[in-house]
Amino acid sequence: MHQSLHLITLFPLLGFLINGLLGRWLSERMSGLVASLAVASSFVLSAQYFLALLSLPEGFQFTQALFAWIPVGELSIEVGYRYDPLSAVMTLIVSGVGMLIHVYSIGYMRGDPGVRRYFAFLNLFTFMMLNLVLADSLVLLFLGWEGVGLCSYLLIGFWFEEEAKARAGMKAFIVNRIGDAGFIAAMILLFHQFGSLKIDAIAAGATSAGITGQFLTVVTLLLFLGAVGKSAQIPLHIWLPDAMAGPTPVSALIHAATMVTAGIYLVARNQVLFSLAPLTMTVMATIGILTALFAAIIAITQHDIKKVLAYSTISQLGYMFAAAGVGAYSAAIFHLVTHAFFKGLLFLGAGSVIHGMGGEQDLRKMGGLRQHLPTTHWTMLVGVLAIVGLPGLSGFFSKDEILWAAFSRHEGFSWIWLVGVITAGFTAFYMFRLYFQAFHGKARWTAARKPHESPSVMTIPLVLLAFAAMFGGYMGVPKVLGGANRLHQFLEPVLAVPSRAGVALHAAPNLEILLMGLSTAIVLAGVFYAYRLYLQQPGLAADVAQRLGFVYRLSFNKFFVDEAYRLLVVQPFQGLAAATWKWVDVGVVDGIVNGVGQALTLVGGTIRRVQSGLIQHYASIILLGVIFILVYLYLE
Amino acid sequence: MPVPLEHIVALAGLLFTIGALGVLFRRNAIIVFMSVEIMLNAVNLVFIAFSSYHNSVDGQVFVFFIMTLAAAEAAVGLAIIIALYRNLQTTDISSINLMRN
Repeated sequence: MHQSLHLITLFPLLGFLINGLLGRWLSERMSGLVASLAVASSFVLSAQYFLALLSLPEGFQFTQALFAWIPVGELSIEVGYRYDPLSAVMTLIVSGVGMLIHVYSIGYMRGDPGVRRYFAFLNLFTFMMLNLVLADSLVLLFLGWEGVGLCSYLLIGFWFEEEAKARAGMKAFIVNRIGDAGFIAAMILLFHQFGSLKIDAIAAGATSAGITGQFLTVVTLLLFLGAVGKSAQIPLHIWLPDAMAGPTPVSALIHAATMVTAGIYLVARNQVLFSLAPLTMTVMATIGILTALFAAIIAITQHDIKKVLAYSTISQLGYMFAAAGVGAYSAAIFHLVTHAFFKGLLFLGAGSVIHGMGGEQDLRKMGGLRQHLPTTHWTMLVGVLAIVGLPGLSGFFSKDEILWAAFSRHEGFSWIWLVGVITAGFTAFYMFRLYFQAFHGKARWTAARKPHESPSVMTIPLVLLAFAAMFGGYMGVPKVLGGANRLHQFLEPVLAVPSRAGVALHAAPNLEILLMGLSTAIVLAGVFYAYRLYLQQPGLAADVAQRLGFVYRLSFNKFFVDEAYRLLVVQPFQGLAAATWKWVDVGVVDGIVNGVGQALTLVGGTIRRVQSGLIQHYASIILLGVIFILVYLYLE
Repeated sequence: MPVPLEHIVALAGLLFTIGALGVLFRRNAIIVFMSVEIMLNAVNLVFIAFSSYHNSVDGQVFVFFIMTLAAAEAAVGLAIIIALYRNLQTTDISSINLMRN
């Protein structure tokens, strides 16, 4: 058992190879079955490891060296896996939620001509993501990191016949490159300093003498840049909403539950480095919470059901970074887990709605769907309640742990708590707006396209995820509510924070409960306003939008970030490209090439006249040559 | 008293030069052809002269070969010139440029 960690990643790889190479000989059903089984096998294996890990003493971890990947002189990049509590949580999420989404995809993608390609990519994604979370060195982690980015690109542009979708894929890929440049630079610095890219070696080296705070700040800021790109934080958040061009299960798996959380994982994995760089922590907390608020404001005005969820994802990821930024890594991971449940659920639910409505994504054309899609309705309701943080559901525990950490960890971070609470109110508002618009009120679709409930292959994963979203929070019930916060304890050995942030949560149970009550009250207010605007007086929303005018337009147009990028980055670059094309490429490069050609033509044209075709010319030349040779020999 | 070798070689050189210049500068194919014959015979003359000078028959053997060759060449060459004239109504070699361009 000890030496079979590689099997966890091997199964999805096999699934990818089977679907990718032999897909054309598989039936559509078989293809989905192979892919789902591959991920299910990974899930069973990682669950076994998880149980084994629980029975072992605290601080134990499974490790497995596989092979030397790049042995070059003194540098040897080893491929190895480690299975510690943090990897365990991530692996279970990736394979568990991934398995449900694979099964769901069988129903969602039925009849699509590219279904085998789809499952091949989905399996490849799972393989890469598992590599990312199991890697014991930054190099292998980076392989997974780039691998999931590639799969994300391939799956966003899955329907590449439509130009907009192909472009969305490219946008995601290119924006991610910016973050990846930071990641690579950080790796170079770390290798230069420590001579190794093993995560343990780096952590050990960071606390050794002779490492300046400046160095750590630079490295962690660069790593954080990578995380910002992958996890769609300000200012690199622009790719995620466009990524919704992909099939909805892909949005659920890659762009909500797993890949986008890789940035959080990266930070948590290198938590020793980050904890020693207070500046980075402050930056991270600030960017995180601002992203949370910013994305929540945008989500309020979007009409596309998937766009609302996409901005919601960005917002929730912002919470996680805020938590990591105040040093509450386990709270960040906790929210990552519960978010994977409820956001996976919400996306799959949205997929079910879209499926049932024959591809309609506009909330304004929905309404009254609850009679027609009963299972989807109930599961979505659970998801919505979980994300807004209704007490007792998963989102409540994880969100409040983050808010409490922000409030209690550090004096200067109270404002993060405040912004977080406001964001929670917005979250409640936009999620219930989505819920009311889609499932309640008058039907705004034409009778010709009567919505229908999805097949059970899609609803069963929904129900399972609904249960997870409902009860997933009980792994981390805080002490103040009589729980034991078992997730926190489980993660303690890997996320134990040295020095600074360890200044314990000053115990103030009454205050904590008061704050919980406060945030719940704000959430309820958000729900109430959503109810008034979208259910009680449906006309009111447009009225309010009119009155807000500029603010509304700002939110509706996503704060014009895309336009700003277009003006400040894309257009100058296009101008530069056009200039280099016209001057350098056409002028210099083509000039040289054509110049050589023209020179040769000219010389050839001149010399060509010698070859007159007149025999007498030739004879004269021969004769002159002979005379020349004779004179030469004579002079010798 | 035999003719000195130098005189014969000088004559042969003169004939060869006349022939060569004729080949190079005349336009009429028949004249060019005749010039070639003059060059061949200039060479023959040198062969004969050196053959007699060295008391060896090798040169004279060569001359037979060259005369045979010249006869064959005359036959083929005249045939070509007649064929040209039939087709082009001219023997001016500068205007025979069908293969040009």
